[in-house]
Amino acid sequence: MRKINYLQALNEAMHEEMERDERVFLLGEDVAWNMLGSSGGLVERFGKERVRNTPIAEAGFVGAAAGAAMVGMRPVVDMLMAPFLYCAMDQVVSIIAKSTYLYGGQAKLPLVIRAAMFYSAGYAAQHSDRPYPMFMTVPGLKIISPSSPFDAKGLLKSAIRDDDPVMCFEDGTLWTGTAEVPEEEYLIPLGRAEVKREGSDVTVVAVAGAVQHALVAADQLAEDGVSAEVVDPRTLAPLDRETILASVAKTGRAVVVDPAHETCSAASEIAAIIAEEGFWNLQAPVRRVTTPQTHIPFSPPLEQPLYPNPSRIVDAARGLMT
Amino acid sequence: MDPTPDQLVEMYRRMVRIRSFEEAATKLLLGGEVPGGLHTSIGQEAEIVGACMALRTDDYMVGNHRSHGHPIGKGAEVGRLFAELLGKVTGVNAGKGGSMHLSDFSVGSLGETSIVGSGIPVAAGAALGSKMQGTDRVTLCFFGDGASNEGTFHEGLNLAAIWKLPAIYLCENNGYGELTAASEVVAVKDIAARAAGYDIPGITVDGQDVLAVFEAVTAAVQRARRGEGPSLVEAKTYRYDNHAIGIPIEHYRPQEEIDRWRERDPIKLFEPLLQDRGILDEQGLERIRHEVQAEIEAGLEFARSSAYPDPEDAFEHLFASPLGQPRPPARLADLPGPPG
Repeated sequence: MRKINYLQALNEAMHEEMERDERVFLLGEDVAWNMLGSSGGLVERFGKERVRNTPIAEAGFVGAAAGAAMVGMRPVVDMLMAPFLYCAMDQVVSIIAKSTYLYGGQAKLPLVIRAAMFYSAGYAAQHSDRPYPMFMTVPGLKIISPSSPFDAKGLLKSAIRDDDPVMCFEDGTLWTGTAEVPEEEYLIPLGRAEVKREGSDVTVVAVAGAVQHALVAADQLAEDGVSAEVVDPRTLAPLDRETILASVAKTGRAVVVDPAHETCSAASEIAAIIAEEGFWNLQAPVRRVTTPQTHIPFSPPLEQPLYPNPSRIVDAARGLMT
Repeated sequence: MDPTPDQLVEMYRRMVRIRSFEEAATKLLLGGEVPGGLHTSIGQEAEIVGACMALRTDDYMVGNHRSHGHPIGKGAEVGRLFAELLGKVTGVNAGKGGSMHLSDFSVGSLGETSIVGSGIPVAAGAALGSKMQGTDRVTLCFFGDGASNEGTFHEGLNLAAIWKLPAIYLCENNGYGELTAASEVVAVKDIAARAAGYDIPGITVDGQDVLAVFEAVTAAVQRARRGEGPSLVEAKTYRYDNHAIGIPIEHYRPQEEIDRWRERDPIKLFEPLLQDRGILDEQGLERIRHEVQAEIEAGLEFARSSAYPDPEDAFEHLFASPLGQPRPPARLADLPGPPG
């Protein structure tokens, strides 16, 4: 099978969905210029009406996406960088997440907000955020965090076809590696976790870019005779509790890995679910491997040790085996 | 374009309907029947109705926390609006919104949003959608003097201007943002002057004169339908009641100011005009007031006799297409117990 990278996968998803449904259009800063590498060829194919450069005015264009969705369009907003979402926070939380509910089901907002996460790359505190946990606290948003080119394409296509607002957090640490992606069309349903590797001794639930670290860690653990099962939630809201709990019921141990800051992280929520609903299956405490509660510093020797990596995951898992 | 005799009668009917609705709503609140607060539009009826009557039913409208007048101005019936105020399941928002969010999508509403200024980009987006769909629908956005200081005002108007969107931004300048005078916090005397920053038409009109508002908004609608882009219309108006009913602070505005505005009551100004033009005589005016009162009473009866929502409904409408059901709070009995 042919191999493509994460950005190519996202680009194919956009091409296919814009071809399929003329209500779908892309807007955001520099989208027609393919600034990030995921919108190449779109403006040439679909024109500037549907591949719409915006002013640097996040509240304005995110709110405009909400209005366009309410009248039957299917906008895809590219935030360029995830922390730019903060400029549009009120539009995301007060308008996009709440309108269907607040108006008693009269409003429908089929839109996608794509947010690239540049971390582990020397961009310092204001540009390196992994802010999906903030949005997990807001009811009414669906949130996906693809961890491979295959997932990126299949999940983004489903998100564009969904009738609710979906936030897609695109992990910059995954962009360069290539992987097999079929040329035939496929979709990955929202709300379903995937067991990325089967195992019997410890469950490693990993989010976004941490999934690749968890798979490397599982290889290392296998050398020690520890069989790790790697579960990727893929959709962070709503979480697929059943798949996570079924895995923990099988293994009796859980490590939850998340590149976000530890407090109220996706890992915190998943660990709480395991502790609350899977406690009687546990043979050891639940462990989180996350980014500690400090800002992301610029200098590489400061930045690099902060994130989850295979050796921290291996250490956490080994600690549960004694 | 002059309004037809039927439109003039309908303007009067809707202004009276808003006034009567607000008077009844205030009684409901003071009688303890309405949860939360209440922001009334009494005094502002002319700008609401004048603007809405310049639209077609299939045109869109976005409003704000002072929400009651907007759906009535656009043609909504009052029963489901009253039911919403009481938190009933038959309410226009199924009991999920209340006083600040009375939105009837069947008459073109796209929401009455209670965060100041938040509807302004939404209206630009609705107008963008209509334009991309190749329709000639326009979107009317109501907002106050306070919202014109928000970043969303500037971002939204700039978007509407650069993309030539069919939007009409109607500033209901009632002189106060909550309790603080616009003259204290707005840098320009006329908010319409801010249109110059976006190279779009900006006009200030007497918001107590329903025909002046109708004329200005009609011109803006025609411009929008021609594909020439958005306009900013500022209607100078006044709310007789406090920012919200029951706020105990009154001394932020002098009584003589309130009295002066009451002398230019929009309904009282319109009645002699209807009589002079031979549209309605005193009997005709009285008949309309009577018919509206009957609607109000029937609406109140409908609302009071309606059921409250079921507590389980708190989990309904979170999503248009739910992925599994949202979960009520975990009860201890539902959590797995120890084995054996």
